[in-house]
Amino acid sequence: MPAPSQGIAREKAPQPGTHGSVSCPFCGLHCDDLEVRSDGRRLAVTANGCDRAKAGFEQEPPAAGMPPSIDGKPVSLEAAIARASDLIAAARLPLYGGLGTDVEGMRAVMALADRSGGVVDHVLSRAQYRNTNVLQTRGWFMSTLTEARNRADLFVIVASDVSKLHPRFVERIVSPEQTMFDAPANGRTVVLLGAGMPPSAVSGRLVGDVVDIPCAKSDVPAVLAELRAILRGAPLSGARPGGVEITALEDLAARCRAAQYAVFVWAPQALDFDGADDAVHIVSDVVRDLNKTTRAAGLSLGGNDGAASAASVCSWQSGYPLRVSFAGGVPTYDPYRFEVARMLAEGEGDLLVWVSSFGPDPTAPPATAAPTVVIGSPAIRLDTTPAVFIPVGTPGLDHRGRLVRCDSVVSLPLRRLREIGLASVADVATELAGRLPAVVAPAAE
Amino acid sequence: MLMKLKGGRIYDPANGEDGRTRDIYVRDGRIVAASPDAKVDVEHDVTGRVVMAGAIDPHTHIGGGKMTIARMMLPEDHRGSEVAHTGLTRAGTGFAVPSTLAAGYRYAEMGYTACFEPAMLPANARQAHMEMGDTPMVDKGAFAMLGSDDFLLRQMAARKDFSAIKDYIAWTMHAAQAIAVKVVNPGGISAFKFNQRKLDLDERHAHYGVTPRDVLTTLSRGLMELGVTHPLHVHGCNLGVPGNLHTTLDTIRAMEGLPVHLTHIQFHSYGTEGDKKFSSGAAQVAELVNANRNVSIDVGQILFGQTCTASGDSMRQYGNTKSANPKKWVVMDIECDAGCGVVPMKYRDKSFVNALQWAIGLEIFLLADDPWRVFLTTDHPNGAPFTTYPHLIRLLMDKGFRRDMLQKIHPDAQAASIVGSLDREYTLYEIAILTRAGPARSLGLKDRGHLGPGACADITVYPDDPNREAMFTTPEYVFKNGELIVRNGKIKKVVQGATHVARPEYDPAIERDLRDYFTRYHTVSLDNFKVADDEIIGHDKGAIIVQPTGARV
Repeated sequence: MPAPSQGIAREKAPQPGTHGSVSCPFCGLHCDDLEVRSDGRRLAVTANGCDRAKAGFEQEPPAAGMPPSIDGKPVSLEAAIARASDLIAAARLPLYGGLGTDVEGMRAVMALADRSGGVVDHVLSRAQYRNTNVLQTRGWFMSTLTEARNRADLFVIVASDVSKLHPRFVERIVSPEQTMFDAPANGRTVVLLGAGMPPSAVSGRLVGDVVDIPCAKSDVPAVLAELRAILRGAPLSGARPGGVEITALEDLAARCRAAQYAVFVWAPQALDFDGADDAVHIVSDVVRDLNKTTRAAGLSLGGNDGAASAASVCSWQSGYPLRVSFAGGVPTYDPYRFEVARMLAEGEGDLLVWVSSFGPDPTAPPATAAPTVVIGSPAIRLDTTPAVFIPVGTPGLDHRGRLVRCDSVVSLPLRRLREIGLASVADVATELAGRLPAVVAPAAE
Repeated sequence: MLMKLKGGRIYDPANGEDGRTRDIYVRDGRIVAASPDAKVDVEHDVTGRVVMAGAIDPHTHIGGGKMTIARMMLPEDHRGSEVAHTGLTRAGTGFAVPSTLAAGYRYAEMGYTACFEPAMLPANARQAHMEMGDTPMVDKGAFAMLGSDDFLLRQMAARKDFSAIKDYIAWTMHAAQAIAVKVVNPGGISAFKFNQRKLDLDERHAHYGVTPRDVLTTLSRGLMELGVTHPLHVHGCNLGVPGNLHTTLDTIRAMEGLPVHLTHIQFHSYGTEGDKKFSSGAAQVAELVNANRNVSIDVGQILFGQTCTASGDSMRQYGNTKSANPKKWVVMDIECDAGCGVVPMKYRDKSFVNALQWAIGLEIFLLADDPWRVFLTTDHPNGAPFTTYPHLIRLLMDKGFRRDMLQKIHPDAQAASIVGSLDREYTLYEIAILTRAGPARSLGLKDRGHLGPGACADITVYPDDPNREAMFTTPEYVFKNGELIVRNGKIKKVVQGATHVARPEYDPAIERDLRDYFTRYHTVSLDNFKVADDEIIGHDKGAIIVQPTGARV
């Protein structure tokens, strides 16, 4: 592939040795205190990595020369790019899905989708839309990781196994070694509301009471509604939703009122039950109510697979947080109509371009009858042979870049730590866009 | 290559030119002295047209997290305001909160060649620069927000040596790649995190014990001693609160001659007189501004219609959520650094309060006597989208039009305002000061905002249409670095502007304290907090221009 004129492709080869302050691309927390040893090709996390990070960084790199392919047959990168651009040019409605990439990759995919009249949507956007729906109907009151780490005296973790999706959340945010403002003498209270997080996953020097309020996930909205009613002094249903005793919710309400800075935490990806949107709605309402007298905020985690980067870049470039079609030459937004998973399931779109560059187990494209171009990490496991496969590196391992963190405020720079001879999503998408016919401008005035 | 603009009427206040007819020559992106004998490669006949430097918006929220929150929250803002892609330009959307690409195109189509994002949270600087990098056509720059960040408040509470505070200010400007520093509700964003709901000029922060007055004078003095050209950019206490004119007057007095820029001062010029306990403080504020030459202002004019307010002032924006229209809003506490509040707003000419806000802004424009200390802004998008600037210019230049508009607003607001009695009409020369020469001088952009030899050839050519709104909506030519980028209001070439920064000297030993602070408390390491040059200019995103710092003239 021709080298882009400047930037990532011109980076110097990574130096063997141990790198500090390495940002981890493998979950939306994007911890950046990792120490990673590189021999130029293989990586080892030598400090501060969770299991997820270790699995990602330490995955055996693919054999040298892992080739691109067309219909499963190895071809040159040039041939794969040429075929992919032909397929995109011929498609009436290309769907750009997955979108597991960094900011630069997403920028390039947006330009490609604009040029080719396609639809953009992220593999985790169904989860992310539990938040977006609330943002677009009522808005919310939110916090960020550093603020919560230093200030919170009460964490309410809602129906999310945070320890699984974001393994270092407790260590770094709930019970860090030091905080700027004194934690309560008896520690920070952690409430686990709804099935999700095991109480044993919450420990640390700053952790005080751990209050488990278990119930089925599907009952979480009703339980939250009861909590809100208690906080507002509204009449209660008396129904014991989810089998939770009213006394337990009254106790939680009292803790919320007494807290100086209560933080309600959830991971949208974990809220995979009917009515999950309502859970985010009601949590936001509770936070809003509490702020009339004390301080409280929400903290949504998530953002794995570059989801926060994809939504942010798409929003600033098109105005909309994904699920955008450029088919009409303008960005058209419809969160139902342009959900790529739904479109594929219902036979809409005539080409899938699937972008998935994060390991250790990159998300494969869903089954579809549409021809598929996969721009993916070599570790991706594909059930069917795509029309074109173009291997790409992982942001933060094979090339530099930036990722937006789960709180959509902070973004982290990514390093290049090894050399396995792979292009980036940005390189590939830019090259593809450059080969498409130019947009025919509307007639001049 | 030598380009000649022939026969235009030149409005170039930095060089004292008030409509004189002369030719302009451009070589290699710069304006050069007249050279009648040199071979001209390209000539544009602009006889009789009005020629100004490219316009500069010194306060417009174009990049950063709060704008993207607003974009995400308000799909209804974008529908019906789509911009189709063309062979040259990308598709975009947005009326009050346009997408980055659309904003760059629209600014250029209006003759603007530089825009400054005034509220860049250092914790969000990387994203702000990414968004500005995706804003084509115009030069960019950003002001780093300080004053509610815990590091500074800890320094002040510990009565740290002033040189350490200066080092921290300068370090932040380097780390965030800023050209200036802004303070928003000094100390108040932090105080809100401790559940304080207001923080007056001399009220103590509940945890740190410092007052907004301390924060203002510390930052202003620090910037002056560091030699940063743009004075401290102040969004004061009590934004939008009736009676805040007294806070504003006290703030000016508190500066004791230190350089200060009071931004969107319209929102800070409210009295409590009359039946509705809401009145104009414009006359008192303008009088004190006029008398204090250390003070510059921009107005933050409101214009009627739908928009969205977006501010770092989480405390006051939380207070404003009750006026949200449509009824949704976002408020955030951010990273022990700052906060934000995004509240959509619809200003109505039939609302007494909104109508009087409109009148107060105009009163300030018309009563301020030194155009070099007044910049034309709507605090985009807080008072109105930047696309309303041509309308605002007509309001300032055309008293008949202004009176017609005045007739349409709430009658009690008409009666409560002196706008109808003010005959002043801004001249083209003065508009060129408000929109070019003044902002360039204040920001320290030595080769921008003027048309003298050596200036960057950012040039806008307007038809001399007596309807000034039409004139300023559709320039005939816009040149960026000497290249024709817009012709008759349509993009002809897409370019990537530069990013302007200032880098005052400091003692790097401050990083010892900072590294300790980041390691103990932060979730980002000190090294990753800093935005690197190649993050801004990589991928063909333009150049970085380091503006000089030095003693203020």
